[in-house]
Amino acid sequence: MWTWFHRLASPPSFYRFADRVAPWLAVAALLLLGYGLFAGLWIAPKDYQQGDAFRIIYVHVPAAALSLSLYTGMAIAGVVALIWRIKLAECAIVALAPIGASFTALALVTGMLWGKPMWGAYWVWDARLTSELVLLFLYLGVIGLDQAFLDRRAAARACALLAIVGAVNVPIVKYSVEWWNSLHQASTILKFGKPTITAEMAIPLYASLLGAYLLAGMAALRRMQNEVLLRERRAGWVRELTAV
Amino acid sequence: MSAFLVTVARELRIAARNKASLLMPPLFFAIVVTLFALGGKPGDPQLAAVAPSVLWVGALLAALLTLDRLFRGDLDDGWLEQVFIAPASPVGMVLGKFAAHWLLTGLPLLLLAAPLALQLGFPSGAPLGWLLLGLLMGTPLLSIVGGFAAALTVSLPRAGLLLPVLVLPLLAPVVIFGSGAARAAQAGLDASGPIYFLAFLLVLSLTLLPWAATAALRSAFD
Repeated sequence: MWTWFHRLASPPSFYRFADRVAPWLAVAALLLLGYGLFAGLWIAPKDYQQGDAFRIIYVHVPAAALSLSLYTGMAIAGVVALIWRIKLAECAIVALAPIGASFTALALVTGMLWGKPMWGAYWVWDARLTSELVLLFLYLGVIGLDQAFLDRRAAARACALLAIVGAVNVPIVKYSVEWWNSLHQASTILKFGKPTITAEMAIPLYASLLGAYLLAGMAALRRMQNEVLLRERRAGWVRELTAV
Repeated sequence: MSAFLVTVARELRIAARNKASLLMPPLFFAIVVTLFALGGKPGDPQLAAVAPSVLWVGALLAALLTLDRLFRGDLDDGWLEQVFIAPASPVGMVLGKFAAHWLLTGLPLLLLAAPLALQLGFPSGAPLGWLLLGLLMGTPLLSIVGGFAAALTVSLPRAGLLLPVLVLPLLAPVVIFGSGAARAAQAGLDASGPIYFLAFLLVLSLTLLPWAATAALRSAFD
């Protein structure tokens, strides 16, 4: 197990591993997202209160969950990069930031589209919305900082520190609906005991949630491959790869 | 501890030799707040309502202006490198830089905040006390969080707008709770909740960020 792990941490074997795994992730993500979105948008029953508008959750919830998970992943990669100086963890930080920023923007936009008919306003200055917006700014800050450095390793170290410090915001986003009186509703699926959502609505949601995670995983692997190629462009194995 | 005191004394000595630069942050703060008052309708009661956020954003921008130079000069003249070679812990030096930055920018802003708040029509008495207590907790946070971001960008010669872009989202909670306390006091409510939250943020960043800033500065040499 450990030797496999160590081998994976070397850029060329990671590159080959990602090449093998990413297509499978893409196919699985496509199937799950296809089923989840189709079943969610056409088959699942209407909500008794929100009507068809509730169907936004099949996009909004996966996007919001990923916005937090990817930031957490980025901060963990930051810790690993700073402590063990593993190059792949450095690549992971800069690879995850744009993906996380996209999902955060998607969560904000879908939330706004749902907020207009439900709350009567696209935007309210409320704890959940504000902290999610701050999360987007943190992602953009990491991307901006990464672009500002010429040296890739210095960029990754600075981004790692910023990602770790910004991670304070993650629990604030997650628990904002419980700590403050928020207009945003509390979670219906991720809680202990019986979920307060019917299975016909929940199963497509789980499918699209899993599909979105696999999609993000695939995107992360591909971005990391690009970053590895960029960093190792003078190494022998990259020259062999590109010579073909 | 001695590295801390030596750094504070050094920063104050440098500042004392360039007295005009000491006046710039409070002057900037006063001008920004005055422009808000000038931009509004004369005698508008709305001005008192937005006074907390105007004062907080003004203080934030005034502190930001000086952050870019916090470590830049020390990196250029080699002082920073000497500190990292020295046997004393560089964390004491970083803490000293943060403390000196607060003494030279945060404290003058705090002293100026009361007259500016009254100028905007903010009620005197207890609400003003809560506003100042919030600023007393919040201005050190501006120095600490901002100093961390300044350490991250120290090796970038033209960081420009990058520094504010990094700092402002991290400081959003400070502005929210700082002006939240003042607004609660203005409305006659208990303002201690947001103040406790500011105190929590201050303790959290005081215990973590000097180390993070030290790591960021060290990587500027590698």
